[in-house]
Amino acid sequence: MGTFQIDFGGSAKKRIVGIDLGTTNSLVAWLDGMTPKVIPTPEGDRLVPSIVSYSADGTRVAGEAARALQIERPENTVYSVKRLMGRGLEDVRDDLKMLPFRIAEGSESVIRLDVGGKPVTPPEVSAQILLELKRNAEAHLGEDISQAVITVPAYFNDAQRQATKDAGRLAGLEVLRLVNEPTAASLAYGLDKRKEGIVAVYDLGGGTFDISILRLQEGIFEVLATNGDTHLGGDDIDERLMAIALEDIASEWGESLSGNLEAIQTVRRAVIEAKHQLSTLPKVTISVDYRGRVYQRELTRELFEQLIQDIVERTLQPCREALRDANLTPEQIDEVVLVGGSTRIPLVRKAVEALFKAKPHTELNPDEVVALGAAVQAAILSGDVEDQLLLDVTPLSLGIETMGGVVSKLIHRNSTIPASATETFTTSVDGQKNVLIHVLQGERELVRDCRSLARFDLKDIDPLPAGMTRIEVRFLIDANGILNVTARDLRTGKEQSVEVKPSYGLTDEQVETMIRESFEKAEEDFAARQVREARVEADNILAAVEKARANPAWLDLSDTERAAVDEALNGLQMVYHAEDHHLILGQIEKLDAATRTLAESMMNTAVRQALKGTKI
Amino acid sequence: MNELNILGEPAGGEHHHCWRCGHDPAPEPAEPLSLFCQFCNTLQPPVPDYYAFFNLPRELALDLAELQRKFYALSRLLHPDRYTRAAERERKYSLEATAILNDGYRVLRDPVERAEYVLKEAGFDLGEQRSRDVPPELLEEVFELNMALDELKSGDQSAVPQLVESRASFQQMLGEIDGELAGQFRRHDHSEAREARHTILEQIRKILNRRRYIRNLVSEVDRQLTAHGA
Ligand SMILES: Nc1ncnc2c1ncn2[C@@H]1O[C@H](COP(=O)(O)OP(=O)(O)OP(=O)(O)O)[C@@H](O)[C@H]1O
Ligand SMILES: [Mg+2]
Ligand SMILES: [Zn+2]
Repeated sequence: MGTFQIDFGGSAKKRIVGIDLGTTNSLVAWLDGMTPKVIPTPEGDRLVPSIVSYSADGTRVAGEAARALQIERPENTVYSVKRLMGRGLEDVRDDLKMLPFRIAEGSESVIRLDVGGKPVTPPEVSAQILLELKRNAEAHLGEDISQAVITVPAYFNDAQRQATKDAGRLAGLEVLRLVNEPTAASLAYGLDKRKEGIVAVYDLGGGTFDISILRLQEGIFEVLATNGDTHLGGDDIDERLMAIALEDIASEWGESLSGNLEAIQTVRRAVIEAKHQLSTLPKVTISVDYRGRVYQRELTRELFEQLIQDIVERTLQPCREALRDANLTPEQIDEVVLVGGSTRIPLVRKAVEALFKAKPHTELNPDEVVALGAAVQAAILSGDVEDQLLLDVTPLSLGIETMGGVVSKLIHRNSTIPASATETFTTSVDGQKNVLIHVLQGERELVRDCRSLARFDLKDIDPLPAGMTRIEVRFLIDANGILNVTARDLRTGKEQSVEVKPSYGLTDEQVETMIRESFEKAEEDFAARQVREARVEADNILAAVEKARANPAWLDLSDTERAAVDEALNGLQMVYHAEDHHLILGQIEKLDAATRTLAESMMNTAVRQALKGTKI
Repeated sequence: MNELNILGEPAGGEHHHCWRCGHDPAPEPAEPLSLFCQFCNTLQPPVPDYYAFFNLPRELALDLAELQRKFYALSRLLHPDRYTRAAERERKYSLEATAILNDGYRVLRDPVERAEYVLKEAGFDLGEQRSRDVPPELLEEVFELNMALDELKSGDQSAVPQLVESRASFQQMLGEIDGELAGQFRRHDHSEAREARHTILEQIRKILNRRRYIRNLVSEVDRQLTAHGA
């Protein structure tokens, strides 16, 4: 850092990267001057598969390396983990049927995957993907990265957002903002600030579907309405194709593949490849070769479109609802932007075009545009981009449980965030010391039809006659779409303590513990690696000295010189098994010093021999 | 709090000196309001008064285009995105101020919510229960509507045309009510005397109750028609 730069609490001028943490693929991007750019992996790939593979000793790899292990270690290689973020066991029964992982005990409010011998939660898996992206960015930019903007589906609820933030923390990233994926895409799309008008962003990725309608005006990106389905995407299409292929194979090979995870992953690869080809070809062949057994089946685009018709249809109702909430007709949409790999499917494009009566934009790469937008948002936060501002909304209404299991709405969906509401609560029994507030998200009237978000316990209330205490509770949804609750005793004016019990997801303490453990583990990993590296170095020098003792030059040394070498050699052998790399390296240095004359004379001999043209 | 003494008071009225530099606010705060200290330009603790926030006179008929312009301009000044690198306290004020700004914009841009807000600030009690009492002039129509709804609920589709018709008639009433409201808004804004304003607000409250009642009827009819496949 330059001498003249003032350090504002250590955070000034740190670079903030933008991350698209996708169901299938993840990317990291930054703003190079005024141009958002995707940061490639050291191998030159732009997309990092959202896959993490665990081995028996607990070590993990993420990205392409994990994808390579998917067929070999199917039960320990986690993919599509985004579907499990911020969810409880009941929510994901269907997902788990199609995912080949074992679930550990105690998964009701946070899912625990039994991989690599130790249960891991979805935020921990996502953290590995984030770490991979962080390392790629650090290698590419040549600096430490500790702050990021991460995108989430617009329709993610509070728990899913919180889980994403937790993943960032676990990866050593301060998540300065969660941005909704379609909104981020609009930032990349509208970077050219002359763009004005009403834009619809249709985002169909691997696991989620979002629709957002925005007004672009003088650099303000105001979201008017958003809608979606956090369980709808390319994965569902893959499942359709899988069902057909597996049924065919069962009858052709005379055996069901169910339970054979390796074979199932092989088939999955094949159907996904066929699906991708069908976006450009009218007809393809699904082709599986598993241990010499072959399955082939022709698939026309026509049949494919019949198979996925209802999936595509399911995206249209949220679009209509978003239009209605924005108080707009399709004709009023000026432009439609397509985001997400699944929008390459011609049927999807046709459906979108028919609904909005406008030809969608396809000039931006649908895989990259979200990450590019996240990089723009990062630059807005760092102050590098000053003329643009995103005004996003909360996708779901927020309410509290009232008498008779009814939800009373406090903040309505599509309210611009930050948004707030206040409610006054009072005690109903003499001497009552706490009040429990049950907060829910969703559009329905009854508690059982909404999603429980958390219970907030107003604690340590002064015990007074019923109704005497009045507590004002303020519900505030921040710019990340995450709820914050504060409370004040209206009689005393004092801040009232609130304990949060999230219904789904990790508590703050659990995240802290995980961070501590992973640091300890990281240190352990690092120390062990240093010892291993020192031993490798010791092996090399010991072998070299052993060989040198057979060289004529050894005999040219004086007795004291030879004794010094032997002493250093013994010294190194003594510390070889110590678990301290400093000791080993110290002895290596001594041996190196003691053998310097020997090495020089060997070198001279070698040169002489070489000059004579003879080989040693 | 006296129901009328907050009228026209600037947002910064309740705090005395800047939390950062200690200066008292200037006697005549410059635009835009006293959200910021005039000396060190630091964001001050926001006060949740929507009209003061938008620096608007306390009127019921608002120019929506003007409101939107102000909303965008204030967003640029207050949004948390602009305070990522600021001190923690200023970040907190930015979050609170933007929440008030957004809540206020949501309320002020909608004529009904705007009127309800002004009523509440003026000390009116807006109990929901009132909307359950059938406005006397609607008694007969409501009675017939309920009969038709009961028929539909018991599976008698022949009630559908009648329901569709009375929904249309109620929707027309809503249109008329909105016109009536707009007229009262103008009257309110043109009267200077507090007592006169108060009398008009009382009338507005009555109109709003009737409006809410009819709206609920319309959405109930909508719901039942959809539920019974009509
Ligand atoms: N050419 C193509 N034709 C059809 N589908 C495709 C094509 N290319 C990619 N896909 C599908 O797009 C999906 C991945 O898209 P993308 O990378 O946008 O999703 P993601 O960002 O990982 O997921 P999400 O946004 O839902 O979290 C996968 O289901 C993939 O099979
Ligand atoms: Mg995506
Ligand atoms: Zn000041």
